[in-house]
Amino acid sequence: SSGINAEWPLRPGVTAATKLGGSVHAIVAGDSCVEAGNNTAKIPGIEKVFVAESPALKGQIAESVVQVLLDIQSKNNYTHILANGTVFGKNILPRMGAKLDVAPISDIIGVESDSTFVRTIYAGNAIQTVESSDPVKLITVRGTAFEASPADGGSAATENVSSDINNDKSEYIEAKLSKSDRPELASANIVISGGRGLKNGENFEMLYELADKMGAAVGASRAAVDAGYVPSDLQVGQTGKMVAPDLYIAVGISGAIQHLAGMKDSKTIVAINKDAEAPIFQVSDIGLVDDLFKAVPEMIAGIEQQ
Amino acid sequence: SSGINAEWPLRPGVKVRVRPDQLGVVTDGVKHSMNPFDENAVEEAVRMKQKKIVKEIIAVSCGPTQSQETIRTALAMGADRGIHVEVPKGTEADLQPLAVAKIFAKLIEKEQPDVVILGKQAIDDDANQTTQLLAGLVDWPQGTMASALEHSDGQLKITREIDGGLEDIKVKLPAIISADLRLNEPRYATLPNIMKAKKKKIEKLSPGDLGVDIAPRLTVKKVVDPPVRQAGDKVPDVATLLDKLKEKGHIKA
Repeated sequence: SSGINAEWPLRPGVTAATKLGGSVHAIVAGDSCVEAGNNTAKIPGIEKVFVAESPALKGQIAESVVQVLLDIQSKNNYTHILANGTVFGKNILPRMGAKLDVAPISDIIGVESDSTFVRTIYAGNAIQTVESSDPVKLITVRGTAFEASPADGGSAATENVSSDINNDKSEYIEAKLSKSDRPELASANIVISGGRGLKNGENFEMLYELADKMGAAVGASRAAVDAGYVPSDLQVGQTGKMVAPDLYIAVGISGAIQHLAGMKDSKTIVAINKDAEAPIFQVSDIGLVDDLFKAVPEMIAGIEQQ
Repeated sequence: SSGINAEWPLRPGVKVRVRPDQLGVVTDGVKHSMNPFDENAVEEAVRMKQKKIVKEIIAVSCGPTQSQETIRTALAMGADRGIHVEVPKGTEADLQPLAVAKIFAKLIEKEQPDVVILGKQAIDDDANQTTQLLAGLVDWPQGTMASALEHSDGQLKITREIDGGLEDIKVKLPAIISADLRLNEPRYATLPNIMKAKKKKIEKLSPGDLGVDIAPRLTVKKVVDPPVRQAGDKVPDVATLLDKLKEKGHIKA
């Protein structure tokens, strides 16, 4: 059976877990997570949801979360423990791996058997199939590689968990989250990303405007984030977020391999760049060689006229 | 003192080729360099020494003979001495994060550092695990994806880049940190410093000397090329682009 490390949303992870066969349980942890537990219980395929709520778990601080997970694991002996391949999952799961003395498997894109998994290496330039001989498989799941389970239709039992948490070594202070009404970057159907060609943060306003007209999320290349145009959680790429929307529009992005790693699984890729030789045009389905400062306002006006 | 890890993957931008036996990627004769995130780790250690937060910096690399080059680079950037944990040439792909973490756990016993800084992920296996594994092994607090560090009184305040933005946590030393790209701007090693670095000591050890079993837990069954994406057409203007997007249903007609 597999336990899923829960953070909201986790529906692609549930899909991956159900491919393993056996029963699937979920765990939600935090200082206020009863609602998350109830929402998780509605996902079909999950039999039971453990709800670990405690002030000590504020911010899902790794040292405390892992203690709770070890407690639950000792009582349930899961064969597979999965988490999303997000910063949360990547932060927690390997620490758990050290405690269990098993090798974690990062960011899987496929399940071949209960011990064989597929993942990418070298920024997606090669695809690796690995087999684990460990008694417990710890896996983080790339969300874009698995169809999300439905959000409704399930009726898992929920069970409150109170573990002894002893952590005097670390403390959560606060989060500074980007607030936005736009769709979540990692799960949006349309993503419009800006690169260094935007030249500054103010110019991203026109991408936000275009995104609002199209119901899209806004992303960015590493160069744009490094230059301070936008916050870091917009970064798409090998070391940022992996996205695979129906439509990805790359504006003023040259198309470095590290950026492609984060978006080349998109259904349709559109590129707008004034350099006809930019590598992005080698992967785009529709390319427009044009000055983005002319093209983007034209797109906004063109859509407005509809 | 602080320890840093320096890894030695293929240089960014180098074309990656899958081996004909489909069990790995061609690395022979291909240019390697210090992992970019490890450059940030080394830089941060040097800055901590400049601020007198730490007294000594030890640069560690686990790999074949040539990975000593990354230690020399770290020494030229300002590390004081190095430790090279050597594995036979050709076996480096079998050295997986859990084994590296175990090596580091032994080095922690030996050297008693106050801070260990590693790069967030190696750009070859993209695993992003070693810091967390090491922290779990020695039961120290971890500060992963660090984009800012602030020291006071035996504690570090760490700003982390997380899914929805930024997060601040506080950890008591000793701690394990993984450096993200925006933690700092790594310095270039100057020629005088490169020359000085030649005199700094590098201790050579084997995993056996440390009593670590580095046998891989994950067996690579296959390595293949990813699906190739063909380039599509170019359109002459925005109007044509919008028409095509309408055709595909991304914009209401």
